[in-house]
Amino acid sequence: MSTRLAGHGRLINKNKAVDFTFNGKNLRGFAGDTLASALLANDQLLVGRSFKYHRPRGVVAAGAEEPNGLVNLGKGATFEPNQRATMTEVFDGLTATSQNHWPSLEFDVGAINARLSSLLPAGFYYKMFMYPRSFWKHVYEPFIRKSAGLGKAPKDRDQDSYEHFYAHVDVMIVGGGIAGLSAALAAGETGARVLLLEQTADWGGRAGVDTPQIDGKPAEEWIKNTLETLDKMHNVDLRLRCAGAGVYDHGYALAYERLTDHAPETDGPRHRLWRIRAKQIITATGAIERPLSFAANDLPGVLLASAVRDYAVNFGVSLGDRTVVVTNNDDAYRTAIILKKAGLDIPAIIDARPEVAGDLIDQARALDIRIELGKGIAKVKGGKRVTGVALCAQAGEGAVLEEIDCDCVAMSGGWSPVVHLWSHCGGKLTWDPDQVMFRPDPERAPTGQNGQPFVITAGTANGNLFTAEVVGDGWAAGRAAAKAAGHTKAGAHAPQGEDAAEGPISPVWLMPQGAGYALRSKAWLDFQNDVKVSDVQLAAQEGYESVEHAKRYTTLGMATDQGKLSNINGLAILSQSLNADIPNVGTTTFRPPYTPISMASIAGVAKDELFQPIRKTPISDWSNANGADNEPVGGWRRPYAYQRPGETVHEAVNREVKNTRENLGLLDASTLGKLIVKGPDAGKFLDMMYTNMMSTLPVGKCRYGLMCSENGFLMDDGVVVRMAEDSWLCHTTTGGAEHIHAHMEDWLQCEWWDWQVYVANVTEQYAQVAVVGPNARKVLRKLGGMDVSAEALPFMQWAEGKIGDFDARVFRISFSGELSYEIAVPAGQGAAFWEALIAAGEEFGVMPYGTEALHIMRAEKGFIMIGDETDGTVIPQDLNLHWALSKKKDDYLGKRAHSRSHMADPNRWKLVGLETEDGSVLPDGAYAIADGVNANGQRNTQGRVTSTYYSPTLEKGIAMGLVLKGPDRMGEVIAFNTVEGGSIAAKIVDPVFYDKDGEKQNV
Amino acid sequence: MLILHCPYCGMDVDETDLHGGGQAHLTREGPGSTDAEFEDYLFMRENPKGVHFERWRHVYGCGKWFHAARCTNTLQVFGTYPAQTLEPPKEICEAISAARPGWSWGAFK
Amino acid sequence: MSEAISALQGRVTAGEVTIREAGLRGMITLRGDLADKQLRTVCSAVTGVDFPGLGKANCDGQKGLCWMSPDELLVLAPYAEVGEALAQIDKALTGKHYLAENVSDARAVMMVEGAYAREVIAKLSPVDLHPDSLAPGDFRRTRLGQVAAAFRMQDEDTFEVICFRSVAAYAFDLLTASAGAGRVGHFR
Repeated sequence: MSTRLAGHGRLINKNKAVDFTFNGKNLRGFAGDTLASALLANDQLLVGRSFKYHRPRGVVAAGAEEPNGLVNLGKGATFEPNQRATMTEVFDGLTATSQNHWPSLEFDVGAINARLSSLLPAGFYYKMFMYPRSFWKHVYEPFIRKSAGLGKAPKDRDQDSYEHFYAHVDVMIVGGGIAGLSAALAAGETGARVLLLEQTADWGGRAGVDTPQIDGKPAEEWIKNTLETLDKMHNVDLRLRCAGAGVYDHGYALAYERLTDHAPETDGPRHRLWRIRAKQIITATGAIERPLSFAANDLPGVLLASAVRDYAVNFGVSLGDRTVVVTNNDDAYRTAIILKKAGLDIPAIIDARPEVAGDLIDQARALDIRIELGKGIAKVKGGKRVTGVALCAQAGEGAVLEEIDCDCVAMSGGWSPVVHLWSHCGGKLTWDPDQVMFRPDPERAPTGQNGQPFVITAGTANGNLFTAEVVGDGWAAGRAAAKAAGHTKAGAHAPQGEDAAEGPISPVWLMPQGAGYALRSKAWLDFQNDVKVSDVQLAAQEGYESVEHAKRYTTLGMATDQGKLSNINGLAILSQSLNADIPNVGTTTFRPPYTPISMASIAGVAKDELFQPIRKTPISDWSNANGADNEPVGGWRRPYAYQRPGETVHEAVNREVKNTRENLGLLDASTLGKLIVKGPDAGKFLDMMYTNMMSTLPVGKCRYGLMCSENGFLMDDGVVVRMAEDSWLCHTTTGGAEHIHAHMEDWLQCEWWDWQVYVANVTEQYAQVAVVGPNARKVLRKLGGMDVSAEALPFMQWAEGKIGDFDARVFRISFSGELSYEIAVPAGQGAAFWEALIAAGEEFGVMPYGTEALHIMRAEKGFIMIGDETDGTVIPQDLNLHWALSKKKDDYLGKRAHSRSHMADPNRWKLVGLETEDGSVLPDGAYAIADGVNANGQRNTQGRVTSTYYSPTLEKGIAMGLVLKGPDRMGEVIAFNTVEGGSIAAKIVDPVFYDKDGEKQNV
Repeated sequence: MLILHCPYCGMDVDETDLHGGGQAHLTREGPGSTDAEFEDYLFMRENPKGVHFERWRHVYGCGKWFHAARCTNTLQVFGTYPAQTLEPPKEICEAISAARPGWSWGAFK
Repeated sequence: MSEAISALQGRVTAGEVTIREAGLRGMITLRGDLADKQLRTVCSAVTGVDFPGLGKANCDGQKGLCWMSPDELLVLAPYAEVGEALAQIDKALTGKHYLAENVSDARAVMMVEGAYAREVIAKLSPVDLHPDSLAPGDFRRTRLGQVAAAFRMQDEDTFEVICFRSVAAYAFDLLTASAGAGRVGHFR
């Protein structure tokens, strides 16, 4: 059984017990434990069920690469699935549950899948679920949905807070092992800005466990001294629990700092996402030990050899009394030596190599540990935990030589440098046949904006497995990175490491080498996605020769661990099956993030009211306090209608329309874009921007204008006002303010840069109120101030002055067909102005109205709306706006495009009014159907509805639409489809439904 | 996530503060152009793997448009320069030639 | 004249870093030839400060000049004095090609005051806020969360943030959340 070892555990505080629960069971660990070490200390070997076959699984690793130890953490608002037990620090009150099993971890119904494993080979889903088609929806998908997925999605809202932080550094170092620390020291001494990240809670990486000598001292002492030195450097920022997640173009990098996961009672954000710009990045990310592929290598109790000694040294946890070590390299002997010295039994070291020599082997022999050379494991014995191993010759097919009882198997297939961050932005790898690993190729590093490399790799991540190389390499990388970032001040000398002499590794991809199908189909490659040696071989056999194809066919490396343990082993099996060299098969693409990061950290503060900015006018607060039912328009929330108690929104809209037509309506029009265009060439410029002639507009007058894009399509409209001889005010649509401003700047800066024109966006300087209706003039007169009579201020003119106490620009323009003044006051006076109008207007029946009433009234008048009648494919001619296309001008944006053959085609759909015969409202977006079908067998069409409303004024449905040759077909009745499948007949009519002669607005 | 040097502000700017505007150095065709010329101007764009000239606006900053000469493959930036020009400045062309021998503006055009 | 109000009417969230809406501020967008002698002279005359260099702001109390772009300046003045300042500018630049518009009401100003003010901004803007890169007197136009903003570093512990009036509440809440979440400890 696994239990605590006396006298061991460098990272735990045995004086500080912490209580936590696992699947409801009360357990105890110590401060400094990970959830994995605490579970193992409580003999909780079994931590989950596998994804596909629901096999019992235990912890395999001790770090970020752990594939099996995924648990649900917390509950309610802090519930989070798929958390790695090896990266979770225990705290008092932690609750964890295992996932992927039903009804219980110990007894799981889904385990039946394992018995059916011969029916669930690689590519099973692709092959099996193709036919019959109807089975997909009713049989296969429900089955897959039930059994698929890791963990459960949280149900409650996340109560924690998160944030981003932008950091700009000279040198970012990922990895706080001895290579990273050495690099930080070297870079820090130059004065460069350094950010050093370590994903775990402790500095030093493996050196704390494997205790090499650095500068003549034990590594732990060197680490402590180095940290003290670094801490004194104000240019160095040290971050624990902060993982380098991704490296991107031009030195952009993401890091994921877990601030309170280990201490949830602490105030402040839970996670911080670092958005880093680094001139140079050093990846000192270490290496990951590879499993060996032998039958039943997935049983709880089979762990990586390094993990077994990590648990012993760091946490004082013994995985079992009898540990068999199986290896193809010297490093795993360290595990045997450490355990033996701790008083535990090592029944055998099973070494696949026929010959070995080195310091570690000598040490193991001196401890009287039995070493079996040229041997392998035929099969691990046991059900829910290891009970023994069957020994065989590595060179054979698995004939059992002997069975050895044990309760733990420590396996090592060699080390793979963590090259992910090196590779994210294009760093290339090279195959090192001597060390049996892919390592970064320094000649092919990721390059930045200056074309020079910006990533340097150091230490074991660079394929240097020995201490002397690691610290020297880290130092050199730190120096080089600082230099590349412009810091050359020389410092102290590089640290010196010492190493035990080790013999060479021998590649072992399958154990035993001639294992038959029965063994191969139990030899796991990818523990998290349940992919076996036999699956990869099948993929190769079925023609999935590209490593990317084999990956997708088998799902190898596609789980949340992204194949940290499985990729190289799977690749080697694939290359063997294809009879190709490993480097020729290549790796799959490494994509960020290195380990999963929380979605919440990506969102940062952008949640609830900060999810997105909501723009407010000076009148918004009044509207919201007075029944506004808002709709989103271009980043704003505009009142759709002002609802009164007991009223539906529809009723409110109808009331607002009728009241505005009969009495007095107020519209908050502050959101309309207002651009000042000024300069000697402003008139010439506006003549290019608008289809109409704007240069001839007299000072004091207003003109409705159309804007087309260069390809001829209508992009915006609005009233243009001549403010002064050299100055115009251009109103845009609400959504157009920013992009029409940008559009103007684009043409001024990039095409006509010699024209003397300045543009300023003054949209938000003014609150603008449309005062509309037969009583509009009365209310303004009551407020007093400037003369707003028909004589002093006729239709389509403007004047500046005072309305009451307010500084006002008054525009006599109308989008409703009523007598209408649009009045702009400084935004700071906007709320007061609105309230003054409401108060003064009471006797005139004033009511505010919203955007829907605005839309209905403009539709009654046949006025087009950008975004309704236009959709980016409509030209002014389609909307019968020929009158707004100046014939006097040689050129304006869109003019050339209008003469293209398709644009000039007489058969384009054109604007008409539409009326149903029974007065009902046509469905929005409905198509007018024509005879016959098109090439795809779809019904032919001859038009569509662009705007459709119930008109309270006319008490019937009115609509506008684009219809083939529409204006020539007045009075004709055509049919429009409905969603329900039927059709509605509508008559083509004049789009101006109300006050055709414009008598009401021009009074 | 690119970093481009804004030639107006004199500082390196994060891509999130910029707005891309497609190919630079287009010649506008207006009334009087043939259908083919106009079509070319409106729709036909270079899509090179290698040296490219792009329009960028420092939209969250000074609001000015500038051009960037950039390798679409390696993302190396050869230089940025104000948009008020019909062709890249000499020093930009030289920087490109130094990094990509054999390249010429004429060939690009 | 009707009494004007600022977007948030002086809202404050006090803390280790305090966020405060500064109330009404006078602002003029001035576009023109920044090398023009008369333009430079009138700007300094109106504000009493030196003409700022690229990326800088020179301020004295509520008066100041901020470099916005190669042809744009933001002229700061007390709210009540903007009309007069505009008139002075218009007079001085008569006959020249320029644009001067009152934008006082289009903007909101937030003060970020306290020990880790730099970090409060660095949580929200992709600008290098390291003391070696940004010092008092520097002025940056950039992004604050999801909106456009400009900030001026007034002194080591104080930033003045300018944004559009319509997003004042968003900017205020954003700064408040960042300040409330505490120190990062990156700038040591």
